[in-house]
Amino acid sequence: MIAEIGLYALILAFFMAASQTFFGLAGAGTGRLRWMAITRPAAFGQLFFMALSYGCLTDLFVTSNYSVRYVAKYSNALMPFFYRVAGVWGAHEGSMMLWMLVLALWTGMVAVFSRKLPVVFANRVLGVLGAIACGFFLFTLITSNPFVRLLPPALHGGTLNPILEDPLLVIHPPMLYMGYVGLSVAFAFAVAALIGGRMDAAWARWTRPWTLAAWIFLTVGIVLGSFWSYYELGWGGWWFWDPVENASFMPWLIATALIHSLAVSEKRGAFKSWTALLAIAGFSLSLLGTFLVRSGVLISIHAFAMDPRRGMFILVLLGVMSALALAVYVWRAPLLWEDGGGFRFLSRETLILFNNILLVAGAAAVFIGTIYPLFIEVFGLGRLSVGPPYFDHVFIPIMFPLFILIGIGPYLSWKSGSLRALFRRLWISALLWLLVCLLLLLLAFDSHWPPMTWLGVLFGSWVLLTAFVEPIRRLWLRFRREPVRLPNGVLGMSLAHFGVGVIILGITVSTTLGVWRDMPLKPGQSYRMAGFRYRFDAIGPARGRNWTGVRATFSIFHQGRLFAVVHPEKRHFFPDGGTTTNAAIVGGGLHDLFVSLGNPLGQGKWSLRFRYEPMVIFVWLGGLLMALGGLLALADRRYRIALEVRPYLPIEDSSNSPDQAEEESP
Amino acid sequence: MKKKSRYLIGVIPLVLVAGLLVALWAGLSHQPSIIPSPLIGRPAPPLTLPRLAHPDRQVTRLVFKNHVTLLNVWASWCVSCQYEHSTLLWLQRHGVRIIGLDYKDHRIPALAYLKKYGNPYVQVAYDRRGLATINWGVYGTPETFVVGPHGHIRYKYVGPIPQPVARRTILPLVQRLRLDESVS
Repeated sequence: MIAEIGLYALILAFFMAASQTFFGLAGAGTGRLRWMAITRPAAFGQLFFMALSYGCLTDLFVTSNYSVRYVAKYSNALMPFFYRVAGVWGAHEGSMMLWMLVLALWTGMVAVFSRKLPVVFANRVLGVLGAIACGFFLFTLITSNPFVRLLPPALHGGTLNPILEDPLLVIHPPMLYMGYVGLSVAFAFAVAALIGGRMDAAWARWTRPWTLAAWIFLTVGIVLGSFWSYYELGWGGWWFWDPVENASFMPWLIATALIHSLAVSEKRGAFKSWTALLAIAGFSLSLLGTFLVRSGVLISIHAFAMDPRRGMFILVLLGVMSALALAVYVWRAPLLWEDGGGFRFLSRETLILFNNILLVAGAAAVFIGTIYPLFIEVFGLGRLSVGPPYFDHVFIPIMFPLFILIGIGPYLSWKSGSLRALFRRLWISALLWLLVCLLLLLLAFDSHWPPMTWLGVLFGSWVLLTAFVEPIRRLWLRFRREPVRLPNGVLGMSLAHFGVGVIILGITVSTTLGVWRDMPLKPGQSYRMAGFRYRFDAIGPARGRNWTGVRATFSIFHQGRLFAVVHPEKRHFFPDGGTTTNAAIVGGGLHDLFVSLGNPLGQGKWSLRFRYEPMVIFVWLGGLLMALGGLLALADRRYRIALEVRPYLPIEDSSNSPDQAEEESP
Repeated sequence: MKKKSRYLIGVIPLVLVAGLLVALWAGLSHQPSIIPSPLIGRPAPPLTLPRLAHPDRQVTRLVFKNHVTLLNVWASWCVSCQYEHSTLLWLQRHGVRIIGLDYKDHRIPALAYLKKYGNPYVQVAYDRRGLATINWGVYGTPETFVVGPHGHIRYKYVGPIPQPVARRTILPLVQRLRLDESVS
């Protein structure tokens, strides 16, 4: 019964989305106010029925209703309540449901907050969002219906991949989806503006908070995923350049570029056509990510289902959406070339232009590395995989110039800066940085750091200092009663840039100064590495609620004193789940010690991996700081004004382009 | 810039996307690549386990010597192993030598299972804790390895073997291995 209600609700949600699309786009196109009046209620209806349908699926999971195939396959009464709720999105069908729920949520948010926007524009945005939703509803209903019954019902449930049974992983996919799908809002705003043939500062101001919100979620999602893979996959490492990681990283890079270029579009009215292209590219890459994960075209640990029919469907979806959006772009973008302020070479616009070029180049490098193996295979040139060395050698050098720019950009004026003004603002940071460099040289001169460490630490501290000094400088000027403002936007930017510096330090130090060794040991033996002594005390069987395994005990000594006792484990999940290596990690501050248990080698010996990871926590800390910075910027007064005070925005009342004025008259 | 060239610039991303779509399309219709087990082509990992029916005797790696052998990992609690069972019996009838590996199981239900459904195995090794199987990279049950007469792993199948795979892949492979690696 519940399953049928869920299915009907899903179908109804599809019809809601379809009417939202039709009345939104056709209403805006023909200027019929009555049609346009239906769009917003349809969006709420879509959210309601989607939430109902999703709730039904969750209920089936919680009550372990094994007469539904999807539940029988992925739910298990042995799983705790928490994981049964989260198990809904543990596999393909449910994760599509989550995807659509998130899209419906974003659509609902847009419907709520677009009341102050021009009617025609708001309708176009909702119409485009509805069209995206329609595609995914059709996909789910046709190829991956989660409510299919299983007759006769299964006696006991299957299992989630045990590796996925983790509290962090419960929030990782929703966060990532909020980010992925959130980019659809920027996409819809861009397409709607292109259709209207008008893209102005107000448009950029409306788009910015949405893009920023999606970017925050995407950032948090990526950080969580990286942290999870560090402590759960068992062999250390927090980024593997795995195709699916790349699939989330590419939209992130583009979204980062978009945030910056939107700033130019808002403040200076320049880069508009480029901004629109970025918005389209960002969401298209999200769709591409979905395609890569769902189709099994690229093999990765994240791949859910290898079903070519599903892959084909998403590919068609991706093709139709990005091709249509780009066609609109080709048709309309030339209209946007006219206006836009000019700017000198030495200006913030130029630096943001370089920022965009570098970020897009970075995304392109990741893209090529991800897609290239597929091309090689398709054209019958053999089989190869592009590994971390490629990405390290191609992606990282692209980022270094960005780290220089990040320090200078915020100090430079819009339109035309002068070297003199730049120097007047920058000299404190530059001086401090030189001092730090000197200090580091003195302290670490004989520590035999490899060149990469030096490079990373120097660049990292440059970013850190410049980001840190700017708000302080402004505060100081305000203290001296000079007319300088410190809005949340600037504060947020500084915090996010500071986060970038923290990440650079974390990545550099942990990858260049970290050590790891594989070592076979017997209980009773000890191993010494990086100033710590690891004593293998004992090993024995262990069991948990749904697993059996082995558990070792290690005592770690530092300078002769007991530092910690840790228990790395190896777990085999039953009934027929896989094996996980649960590494023991201690530290969490400036350095992590990491022991993971491998296989028995005979004669009582076990293969073991020891890792010493200095400052690795900075990587995620920096990511979270970036997200926090985004949040702070999102709280900027300017956006609230843009939402609240309609009459002050001249865009909708007067100065409409001729074609838009025609549309609005019935 | 002239109006015409503006349109041309706009077309560039469209062309790029079209190219990408074509390539992805080709990638989909292409056979999805299968990650082979890293063990394939390598000597079989160590295996020293008591036998299921005769706890005092042992199964060692020597069982693979001079024969082409299937090593089938199964358990009496494993539902999909029952689906596979008829295929295993079919392979046995066609002269394939199968060694069983009873995984995380108890002796009594395991023996009852073989009595009930028939015994396709020449010998059955008994891995109570599932520890010895770690070396084989066993992910779950059922799982099947083809081991050549020199003790090298030649093939691995994860999950219950479908009848067509047994007929078209495994049986011909066993016959070919007998010829290729025939022992003097």
